[in-house]
Amino acid sequence: MMSEIPYFAVVALIAIGLYIVMFKRNLIKLAMGIVLIETGANLFLITLAYRHGDRLSSPIFTSQIMGGDAAAYSLPTPHALTLTSIVIGVATTALLLAFFMKLYQKFQVSTIDDMRRLRG
Amino acid sequence: MKEMSPIVKTITKISFAAIFLFGLYIILHGHLTPGGGFQGGAIIGTLMALYLVAFGAVKWRKKVLSIIESTGLLVFIGTGLLGLTTGYFFFNFIGGTDNPIFGQQLNGGELIGDVAFPSNSAPLLSSGTISIMNMAVGLEVIAALTLIIVTMGLFAFAGSEEGE
Amino acid sequence: MSFYNDLITHAPAIIIAIPLLFAFATPLIGKINKYVRNAWAFTAVLLSGALAYVLAWEVFKNGGDPNVYVFGGADGTAFDVLSNVRISFYVDGMAAFMGIIMATVAFAAVIYSFSFVKKYTGQDKYYTLILLVLAASFGMVFTGDVFNLFVWFEVSSVAICGLIAFRSNRGESFEGAAKYLIYSTIAGLFLLFAIGLLYGQYGHLNIKYLSSAIGANGSMMVLDKIVLGILITVFSLKAGAVPMHMATPDGYSEAPAPVTAMMVTASQAGLYAVFRTCFTLYGGNIQNSLAQIDLVHAAGYLLVILGVLSMFVGVTLALVQKDIKRLMAYHAISQTGYMLLGVGVGLAVFASGDNTDFAEFGRTAMTGGIFHIFNHALYKGLLFLTAGAIIFKAGTRDLNKMGGLGRDMKMTALFFIIGALSIAGIPPTNGFASKFLIYESVFKFNPVLGAVAMLVSLLTLASFVKVFYAAFMGPKNPEMKTGEVPKSMLVGMAVLAGMIVVFSLLPSLVIGEIVSPAVTSLAGPGPEIGTSLTMFSGQGAWNPLVLLAVLGVTLVIGYVIRMLGQKGTVPKGEGKKPYLFGNPTEVNGMPFVVPASNVYWGFTRALKRYYKPMEKMHSGLINEYVFWFVATAGLVMLALTFL
Repeated sequence: MMSEIPYFAVVALIAIGLYIVMFKRNLIKLAMGIVLIETGANLFLITLAYRHGDRLSSPIFTSQIMGGDAAAYSLPTPHALTLTSIVIGVATTALLLAFFMKLYQKFQVSTIDDMRRLRG
Repeated sequence: MKEMSPIVKTITKISFAAIFLFGLYIILHGHLTPGGGFQGGAIIGTLMALYLVAFGAVKWRKKVLSIIESTGLLVFIGTGLLGLTTGYFFFNFIGGTDNPIFGQQLNGGELIGDVAFPSNSAPLLSSGTISIMNMAVGLEVIAALTLIIVTMGLFAFAGSEEGE
Repeated sequence: MSFYNDLITHAPAIIIAIPLLFAFATPLIGKINKYVRNAWAFTAVLLSGALAYVLAWEVFKNGGDPNVYVFGGADGTAFDVLSNVRISFYVDGMAAFMGIIMATVAFAAVIYSFSFVKKYTGQDKYYTLILLVLAASFGMVFTGDVFNLFVWFEVSSVAICGLIAFRSNRGESFEGAAKYLIYSTIAGLFLLFAIGLLYGQYGHLNIKYLSSAIGANGSMMVLDKIVLGILITVFSLKAGAVPMHMATPDGYSEAPAPVTAMMVTASQAGLYAVFRTCFTLYGGNIQNSLAQIDLVHAAGYLLVILGVLSMFVGVTLALVQKDIKRLMAYHAISQTGYMLLGVGVGLAVFASGDNTDFAEFGRTAMTGGIFHIFNHALYKGLLFLTAGAIIFKAGTRDLNKMGGLGRDMKMTALFFIIGALSIAGIPPTNGFASKFLIYESVFKFNPVLGAVAMLVSLLTLASFVKVFYAAFMGPKNPEMKTGEVPKSMLVGMAVLAGMIVVFSLLPSLVIGEIVSPAVTSLAGPGPEIGTSLTMFSGQGAWNPLVLLAVLGVTLVIGYVIRMLGQKGTVPKGEGKKPYLFGNPTEVNGMPFVVPASNVYWGFTRALKRYYKPMEKMHSGLINEYVFWFVATAGLVMLALTFL
């Protein structure tokens, strides 16, 4: 049971993020919602990597662990995936905020209701 | 824009070197402990944000930053391309050799296939190209994050973007 | 020869590495001067494009056998998917086919850009991002690893959004970019989540491994179905299928024209990923698992539904647009529907457990759909480039304010006609060749679908007639600049137009040489469509050369009749004035012109009940768009899980 708590957190984070993106109108809140979904997805990957045991080690390949118990360190691949997705997340968030800033500069837009020049 | 109080400025000045050193450590030690180019670069990027908050919009050289950024990326891709000389793209061509600078000293570890697993106490210079790539990524991330923070910060301070 | 062999071995990596290397060096090279920088960008697309063609040649020569490339290894043959987590590239017939599409369009787009973006600042960044988009498109189609696919997906989105916002003097471009970015980021996060599910279930990310692992025990878990649902939705969003298309026209219409042409290919990489998911990832064990056959069969029907929706909604909305690029963007959505329809029918038949059906028309439908991908990239790229040329000269994107451009822009008008005929599927163009295969096979699957496909072609033609009328004919707006667009833009368009002409004249050769290996690598070997000059669809045959010959003979007969006619007649009245485009139109001495938005007034009025809710749906509110995406994802997952 205890080990499943992170999955509930994942679901909660993604659900809250989606709720914000679908129903909130403020642009900064929108960005926050996207970051929340991203955090949920990252937490999901990290939770997948976690191994339960006495001798937990961070995922570094060394022969002492390899020689002993290969299951003693948490899986390294999801960590690498998470890192990559964090890097991507930084890029997208920065770009999104830059667009919002420029939109504010051009049209004083702060909610999506003002961001409707392109439609139809 | 009101200036920050002397407390903030002094603390920033004092902690600047320490945070910078910590970032460098994360970058250079990335192949042995959790960390690496991006993480260390992000720490130093945060330091730049702190600096910006404390001292305001000082004159930043965006051109230099963008050159550093490109250089970091080029070193990264170049290292990958050099792998083609002996193996495949991104092949760790100096790992496992007895190159004194980056060569892989197994230090009691074992070589499985062409991937080396050093023992727990791996030497600092044991990763082959990974260390070089960490440094390149670190450079890139420092420059890019600083650039982002400076551009956005200048916008927030001045309300308008600086020209190209 | 050894160098050539090495080159082929390493080609998948070098094709990606060249655009990346050149992209990262562009800001430094740009410091020298702009001519060197332009030459630098040109070299990048030329080198990687040529290599993509060489690689494709080798792959097609082997009948679509994959060229597997393992990153970071000392020796590629030692690669074992089970004990290794390395990233691998997997270039089979389909991937190589997509690769040459990317290479062709990027080549034309970069040449076109030289003049097109001349007057803007930040060109260094422009070329950097263009090359990044190219690298990301190559990466998306070549990769053999699902997480790598996600990375390229995101690189593509970020680079494209940066390019959409390139014209920073227009505030709207930021709006379009922001919407496109929010949409594709959320899709990307869904994709990441699905990849996490796959990894948690099977412990691997390699597509080849996953393909053999999914359904290996003869049953399909709910998790597999959910993952399939997410993957289909996400990649269809990238491809711009209705009802996840809402941000696509915003992005397409605000980006600079060459970027839009590249966005078309980037969205086709999403389409490729849909097909890859359905055929390779979920079709690996299809022979021995009934549950899997059912699932993939349902997915085929889903693609058909998405395709029909895209076709119809796209074209009807395009008909009422007055922004030229937005109109073309809706056509891009509509044409994507054809590919989804063709391949969807192929998939549904492929997974029905009845091999005779697949041999009879399923394979033809797939061939048509996949051939249409290449054709679409060519004519849509060309049309977006001509739209860019029109905007470049007219200074406006509003069709109502244009007119008479045909007099000065003869070449552009010619290219536009080639592209418009091709997109509308008028014989003897390549668009007709691929649509012909789709009509005939889809009709066999379900007559209604074939009829809808034809109707959509008709509406497409109608809408391009409107654009041609509004932009090139009619009286000239005195405020517009005169003259043809610069040479480099003409060359860029000519590259694509030339390809269209070649493809139009030799469709069966193209199908035999490059489309068949692609189909084979997705659905396994099967009967060929025909490698002679005549293309056989199983129901009918099509030979453009015969049609051209008949047209030629008819022209000659007409000329002979004219020669035999009465000599010495002098034209009188209206007949005296030659029509050169841009003549002022008068009715009873008053200047008279029908604005573009009124051309199909009757049609839109008759379908008022349809257009009202459509207008409401495309409200411009990004969170409603996200709602549509999430709702579609949910529906798709429910449908796949419970049907």
